[in-house]
Amino acid sequence: MNRINQKLQEDKKLLSIYFTAGYPNINDTVSIIQDLEKSGVDMIEIGLPFSDPLADGPTIQASSTQALKNGMTTKILFDQLKDIRKTVNIPLIIMGYFNPILQYGVEAFCKQCQEIGIDGLIIPDLPVDVYHEDYKAIFEKYGLINVFLITPQTSEERIRYIDSISNGFIYMVSSASTTGAKEGFQDEQTTYFERIGNMNLKNPQIVGFGISNHQTFTQATQYAKGAIIGSAFVKHVSNEGVNTIDKFIQGILN
Amino acid sequence: MNYNVNEKGYYGEFGGAFIPEMLYPNVEELRQNYLKVMEEPEFKKEFNQLLKDYVGRPSPLYFAKRLSDKYNTKIYLKREDLNHTGAHKINNTIGQILMAKRLGKTRIIAETGAGQHGVATATVCALMGLECIVYMGEIDIARQAPNVARMKMLGATVVPAKSGSRTLKDATNEAIRDWINNPVNTHYIIGSAIGPHPYPDMVTRFQSVISEEIKLQLIEHEDRENPDYVVACIGGGSNAAGTYYHFLHEENVNIIAVEAAGLGVDSGESAATSVLGKEGIIHGCKTMLMQTEDGQITEPYSISAGLDYPGVGPMHAHLCKTGRAEFMAITDNDAMNAGLELCKLEGIIPAIESSHALAIFEHKTFKPDDVIVLSLSGRGDKDLQNYIDYFKI
Ligand SMILES: Cc1ncc(COP(=O)(O)O)c(C=O)c1O
Repeated sequence: MNRINQKLQEDKKLLSIYFTAGYPNINDTVSIIQDLEKSGVDMIEIGLPFSDPLADGPTIQASSTQALKNGMTTKILFDQLKDIRKTVNIPLIIMGYFNPILQYGVEAFCKQCQEIGIDGLIIPDLPVDVYHEDYKAIFEKYGLINVFLITPQTSEERIRYIDSISNGFIYMVSSASTTGAKEGFQDEQTTYFERIGNMNLKNPQIVGFGISNHQTFTQATQYAKGAIIGSAFVKHVSNEGVNTIDKFIQGILN
Repeated sequence: MNYNVNEKGYYGEFGGAFIPEMLYPNVEELRQNYLKVMEEPEFKKEFNQLLKDYVGRPSPLYFAKRLSDKYNTKIYLKREDLNHTGAHKINNTIGQILMAKRLGKTRIIAETGAGQHGVATATVCALMGLECIVYMGEIDIARQAPNVARMKMLGATVVPAKSGSRTLKDATNEAIRDWINNPVNTHYIIGSAIGPHPYPDMVTRFQSVISEEIKLQLIEHEDRENPDYVVACIGGGSNAAGTYYHFLHEENVNIIAVEAAGLGVDSGESAATSVLGKEGIIHGCKTMLMQTEDGQITEPYSISAGLDYPGVGPMHAHLCKTGRAEFMAITDNDAMNAGLELCKLEGIIPAIESSHALAIFEHKTFKPDDVIVLSLSGRGDKDLQNYIDYFKI
């Protein structure tokens, strides 16, 4: 069974962390992943940096720009990850925009992911229908789970469609926004979380965007299976370096 | 061969809507409504009325006699430079502002490079009393001060794009991010035939008034509807799309697309996407774009801010791939000289973008009885400082 599905069966709320590969330094990738697992993180999204990250706010944009300046490429990332399964057991997801994957070759990319032990992909600008028609078979051939986003504006019909195509979890974007930590959740958002919770979807939901601390993590996981922290973690690494990852994670969990 | 968009939003293999889910409701709303709205008699009436009374259409089709004599062929200039605000951009912004109103939107966003599209958007927002926010690269703000001032005078807020390379591509990213963050009340007026479906097709249709008029005007001049050639410069490709539109399926009309070669196609400082680009995804569509081997979008270069874009619209990628259009790349130097030549021969100061199209006559020989229609997409007022610096006037 795919590690993501296994993890989703555990009787606990999941904490997933996003970081940008190649940031702050090009060779931080493996140690960040190892430290996150040791700190008790349940799942990791490894950000493949892109020059034009449309769905990201200033923090992740800046980390991507810096990662590219540091020389990060798809090939280098795969090379860094080649022995990752010797030391890391939690699910690993690559999150990246579609163009770099297209240039690598979608099938070659998926094959490489499988060889390394990557469990899933999140590609915000690969639309559901294109995935369904052109790429689903390839992803499945290499045992990869593709994760789709929904937002407060996504219609019920479309959520059902996305649910029918997904086979891991649904990434529930907390508000209509790009990535970037905000202050807490409003009623509007909790109503939306509840609405989705009541749809009895076959895939569990994990909330992302706007989760930055213990309070927002707890709030989000009241309604969902887990939560994803991105910008707040990238900001932490950017302010305090990569040696205090455990402190950050304990601050979220406790 | 079909050169128009198909029902799935593709031109051959190019186009589509490669957008994050956050944008889906907005783009889908537009996709479901744009053709219906454009077909409404009331919409058509209002659009045509504004093009006539406010923009000053039809723009003349002018036989450039001295230019024609020099190159021993028959050159007609489609005078988009005489439109209100000085370029073809306003045809699209008039159409889209009416579309936005039909969709109940109250807030307008746009991206701009040189500021022409920003000015055209600020203008129609003033006309309709709608809030207007224009994203512009920090670097472009510094080098296009007069257009920044125009936008402000027209009541727009100009927001500097500080991410990435701080030029047009980043301004477009910022506008898209704004739209993600404002999904209900906002319409994004894209300024060229780019972006996710239905934008390339919608922009093309609004600009198609250019070729519609050419057909009628050419009958008066030449007693025929179709020229032998249509020529236009390509940034994202909106003036070109409008100039070609009604000739796309007329096999005897040759299409020439002129890109900016910058300092030379092989110089590393160029915007000649058809030569340097590869298939990929930029700003929500699959098309030809300049990128690294790793799929990172690269920064183009051209002296002309309006052609300084790392991609071309999907329709043009298709025209290129199928060989329907001939693509030519013109350097800064050749464009500047062609611009100055038009001043001296015809008394018209062209936008530097349009000067690229004019420069083809130095590189390609036409027959004496060939009828060529060239889109003079804009006037050179905005480029005076560039001309002054370049020629040390
Ligand atoms: C006068 C003029 N011509 C051409 C262009 C290029 O745009 P497009 O390729 O969309 O016509 C611009 C863009 O700013 C412009 O201002």
